[in-house]
Amino acid sequence: MSQTTAAPADKPWHEIVLATLKANDVKLIVYVPDRVLTRLIAALHADAFFTVFAATREEEAIGVISGAYMAGLRGAVLMQTSGFATLPNALASLVAPSQIPALLFVSERGTLGEFNLGQALVAKTMRPVLDALAIENHTITRHDELAFIVDRSIKQAYATQAPVVFILSPLLTGGKVFAA
Amino acid sequence: MSNAFHNLKVMSRLDLTRRAVALLKHDEAVIGGIGNANFDLWETGQRPQNFYMLGSMGLTIPIALGVAIAQPKRHVVALEGDGSLLMQLGCLTTVAMQAPKNLTMVVWDNGIYQITGSQPTASKSTADIVAIARGAGIANSAWAADEDEFEKLMVRALDGGGPSLIAARIDGEPGVGKTERDPVAIRASFMRGIAAKK
Ligand SMILES: Cc1ncc(C[n+]2csc(CCOP(=O)(O)OP(=O)(O)O)c2C)c(N)n1
Repeated sequence: MSQTTAAPADKPWHEIVLATLKANDVKLIVYVPDRVLTRLIAALHADAFFTVFAATREEEAIGVISGAYMAGLRGAVLMQTSGFATLPNALASLVAPSQIPALLFVSERGTLGEFNLGQALVAKTMRPVLDALAIENHTITRHDELAFIVDRSIKQAYATQAPVVFILSPLLTGGKVFAA
Repeated sequence: MSNAFHNLKVMSRLDLTRRAVALLKHDEAVIGGIGNANFDLWETGQRPQNFYMLGSMGLTIPIALGVAIAQPKRHVVALEGDGSLLMQLGCLTTVAMQAPKNLTMVVWDNGIYQITGSQPTASKSTADIVAIARGAGIANSAWAADEDEFEKLMVRALDGGGPSLIAARIDGEPGVGKTERDPVAIRASFMRGIAAKK
């Protein structure tokens, strides 16, 4: 299960993400589930401001929010690290060349206590892909920086018509803990 | 194999694309899938409400779904190849679940990956695209037996009772048009065409 960090703020991380999405009028949320994102996804579903649904693949979710953006509706995709690993083609052939401000939230697995070797290796493909495509990305580890990073970066994404990826570190979310 | 869909009339993608576009009277958005689907769409005239995909094979229907959700009053038509749809079949289940009334999916089934050398797709022999779509939950899914029926199905789909899927058996000809390869220009023109940008 996800846990909040011992940061001073009174709100858990997922409430801050939800509030920041709302403040920036990001209404469409498409996701492929991840355990750590459970409470964020549940809270988004429970809030009528958002249109929220699961896609069968992360690429599909990217297609949906790209279409929505072009038609005037802001959207974000939620996924885990292994989901990001399915995306280089969609990012390189649609999002990046078309300059679509896609917002991606990636729950980071594969590090800081990963117990699945496959997850650990998949995670290693993420940053090289982001670097190769020069896609703006932030690894968020600190609760007190979360709102600032997400809010400013969403505004930058729309202002500059560029995608942005938020990597939610286990330091922020608590990650997935190995039940030994 | 003796599936019913093998007895359908084999038609022309360019001809059917022309017929489909001619039925659009309300600035409907059209998403042309990778390769031949958008080449023939381009050939029918560059409506500002057309979006031409230069890559991202299989994402035609997801993109169209996003447009349909964002603009529920505008009808959206996705033109997709059989091979491309087979790559992203899961999207049909998402469309069925979201059930946008303003989405029509047209599948050009030539039974091949024409543009990469005409290798056979599963729909050449064993897979029935319409049966798959129905199984995914798209109740309004039908094969067009001929050009007349294609037009009738299009008219009914554009009426807004959707989502609908129309599949047409087409020949193995390549697309005719030469889409301009400028993704940013295509995106900006489309956004203006559907009033999402000044
Ligand atoms: C992810 C991905 N895999 C493979 C390709 C190469 N490719 C481009 S178009 C195409 C075939 C498309 O087939 P279909 O949708 O049936 O259209 P057709 O060419 O028959 O008109 C393939 C395999 C690609 N562009 N992207």
